[in-house]
Amino acid sequence: MAKKLPKVDVVIVGVGWAGGIIAAELTKQGLNCVGLERGKERKTEDYFMVHDELRYALRYELMQDLSKETITFRGNEKLRALPMRQYGSFILGDNLGGSGVHWNGQTYRFLPYDFEIRSQTIERYGKKKIPKDMTIQDWGITYDELEPYFDKFEKMAGISGEENPLGPKRSSPYPTPPMKTTPALEKFRKAATNLKLHPYNRPSGNLSEAYTNPDGVSRAACQYCAYCERFGCEYGAKADPVVTVIPVAKKTGKFEIRTHSNVRRVLKSGNKATGVMYIDTTTGEEIEQPADIVVLTSYVFNNVRLLLQSGIGRPYDPNTGTGVIGKNYAYQVQKGSATGFFEKEEFNTYAGAGALGMVLDDYNGDNFDHTKLDFIHGGSIAISQTGLRPISNNKVPKGTPTWGKEFKANSVKYANRMLSVGGQGASMPFKHHYLDLDPTYKDEFGDPLVRITFDFEEQDRQLAKYLNERCIEIMKEMGADLIDPFEELGPYDITTYQSTHNTGGIIMGAEPDTSAVNNYMQMWDAENVFAVGATAFPHNSGYNPTGTVGALAYRAAEGIMSYREKGGILA
Amino acid sequence: MADNANQQEKNESLTRRRFLKNSGIAIGGLAVGGALGSLIPFKDKTTNEDVKTEQHVENYNLALMFFTQQQFRMVEAATERIFPADDNGPGAKDLGVAYFIDHQLSGDWGFNAREYMHPPFFKGEKVQGYQGRLRRREIFDIGLRELQNHSLTKFEKNFIDLDEEQQIDVLTDFAEDKVQLTTISPSGFFNMLRTATLEGAYSDPLYSGNRNMDGWKMRNYPGSQMAYTDVIDQEFKVIAPKSLKDHLGH
Repeated sequence: MAKKLPKVDVVIVGVGWAGGIIAAELTKQGLNCVGLERGKERKTEDYFMVHDELRYALRYELMQDLSKETITFRGNEKLRALPMRQYGSFILGDNLGGSGVHWNGQTYRFLPYDFEIRSQTIERYGKKKIPKDMTIQDWGITYDELEPYFDKFEKMAGISGEENPLGPKRSSPYPTPPMKTTPALEKFRKAATNLKLHPYNRPSGNLSEAYTNPDGVSRAACQYCAYCERFGCEYGAKADPVVTVIPVAKKTGKFEIRTHSNVRRVLKSGNKATGVMYIDTTTGEEIEQPADIVVLTSYVFNNVRLLLQSGIGRPYDPNTGTGVIGKNYAYQVQKGSATGFFEKEEFNTYAGAGALGMVLDDYNGDNFDHTKLDFIHGGSIAISQTGLRPISNNKVPKGTPTWGKEFKANSVKYANRMLSVGGQGASMPFKHHYLDLDPTYKDEFGDPLVRITFDFEEQDRQLAKYLNERCIEIMKEMGADLIDPFEELGPYDITTYQSTHNTGGIIMGAEPDTSAVNNYMQMWDAENVFAVGATAFPHNSGYNPTGTVGALAYRAAEGIMSYREKGGILA
Repeated sequence: MADNANQQEKNESLTRRRFLKNSGIAIGGLAVGGALGSLIPFKDKTTNEDVKTEQHVENYNLALMFFTQQQFRMVEAATERIFPADDNGPGAKDLGVAYFIDHQLSGDWGFNAREYMHPPFFKGEKVQGYQGRLRRREIFDIGLRELQNHSLTKFEKNFIDLDEEQQIDVLTDFAEDKVQLTTISPSGFFNMLRTATLEGAYSDPLYSGNRNMDGWKMRNYPGSQMAYTDVIDQEFKVIAPKSLKDHLGH
């Protein structure tokens, strides 16, 4: 028999970026919020010994313990899905702050094209441009409508950057100037400029200078220590929920965080949620937390899983294309890159920061003509200086053996003489790419795991090839002596790290028939449930997702406040 | 070189002090200062005296937690073939890689403790990743036994008694799946050994490999530095490495 607690205004499931932002905004306006976090508490002091590649990058110190819960995966519906037993293609954050702690800080705004992708593609190229099973749709919101929320997120996080010459209209400049550049980045800038492209400093969540945000939170500047991705920041210089929004929510006295609280069900009565049921993982006790409003802000897979397990919303059916929960799972196309080796130059690539880089959008979105191309959208192209740590970075020119004398000699020789230019390709949704519940494999509580059905398509193969060709042009102009040749994208392989940009499953839109939430992330089928995060993306863009997740979270917070006042489905 | 390193160290201390001074202003407002406070005492402390005392301390970590002596010697020899000593610097053996692997196998990694090891087990597509029921320590037991068997079959000698070329030959058969095994994948075992070799060569010396930070020195990797603000926008520069041990106050 579950212990039943007194009702609260809002219960927030998962306290990362989205949960933290919503908690801060709602508590500032007087609502009582409880944040349920399955992991433990985290603070900056935890990162005293963080410069440890083995522990954090390769043994996944900050990531979800897969022995308790993972996902299953198959390339298509004819195959048996099998569990992701070890980490590979993506890594799942855990504990307070979630993936917002181990991210790199690369902070973009999705393009105006992204939000109206279907209408704009048809308008410019005709309906035939969209392949039969590609399920792109407009997001039910425009860039201009979302702009104030991007602005809010960037000011809260103190994003360091400069205007993107090809970027959309901004209401204000970045709150802090761009980060320092490096000789490698300058080489990219010069080469790109020679090629008549439009490079700019990558917008960064690693602060270029000390900054106090509108909430009064002060943070120190980044020291370029080169331990961001998969690590927490020992300076608090990298924007993360633990050093920004969570303390703001706590200061109100209206936010209670319960760690070690793993939510298993959203409880409902009729078409409304009544609260959640969770397990106190330290005691195993089942606890019911009633609430007027339920906000789902866990990672993509758990947001979807919770709804499917709780019987909220219409599950997606890939055969008919009807239903919405689990629909439009998308990812990222990362292999359109170029690696160059330099015989006469060495670079300080041991130093860096997660978001330190130079980027260009000439081949992103619909910034270039696709008339003669066999794909839509594109990707950002960038040189990144995140810090090349020695276990994970032993690139040798193609043809070098992978072990033995020659391998060692070349891996040592090129350790500081290798640069890469990477394309981050957008990922379009397809009818047969989706999330549902696995029929066989269970988590530690006996609940089914989420099952991913996904593979790369011709669209992705063409896009990877195109981005690779563009990256090679830039790398040549940068003067590399040796450039690795292109490798086909191949099938989606869950064993090699690509990107932790999993998206979709509870997508937003203008119509209840084709989307799960409206543009306030409010569920069409359960008006007091808000599902916030990259789950809301109908497709994934050629950018890192966090900036857009942050904007959607601010938008959702506003929606929750008006729902609290007026009730009903928000228009 | 040594002078360079000393100079470098001085510069770094300056940077650190300057940083701490500058960032003092940033710790106001809400409490997000974090690890910073606890960092203040750390370096500057290593006096010549400390260094001298340390030289006489026996390293009691050089003992085995998992391997038998024979397994240990095989791993020493095999990893040395994967990452041999050369003009650049020491190979796997002198870096302590076999100790690293031994110690790793005795903990979480060896038991696949944080991985999903629940049944049912089915053979899957390559892109679905490892689907076996064996844990790493079991794979090592089997893999090393088979390495020995293959050496005896092919060259009628123990693996450790083979000459370098023969050892490379045997390892190549594993790497290219030219050995018939029923329980484990030969290349799967080989790749695990290769990955563990690089981990042992380049992880913090805390884990018993990368002895004396020689793995890092070989490729001019500075290890764990607190800040690169002074070099980030500069041309390439060699910085004497630091390990996590340097971060602990005494």
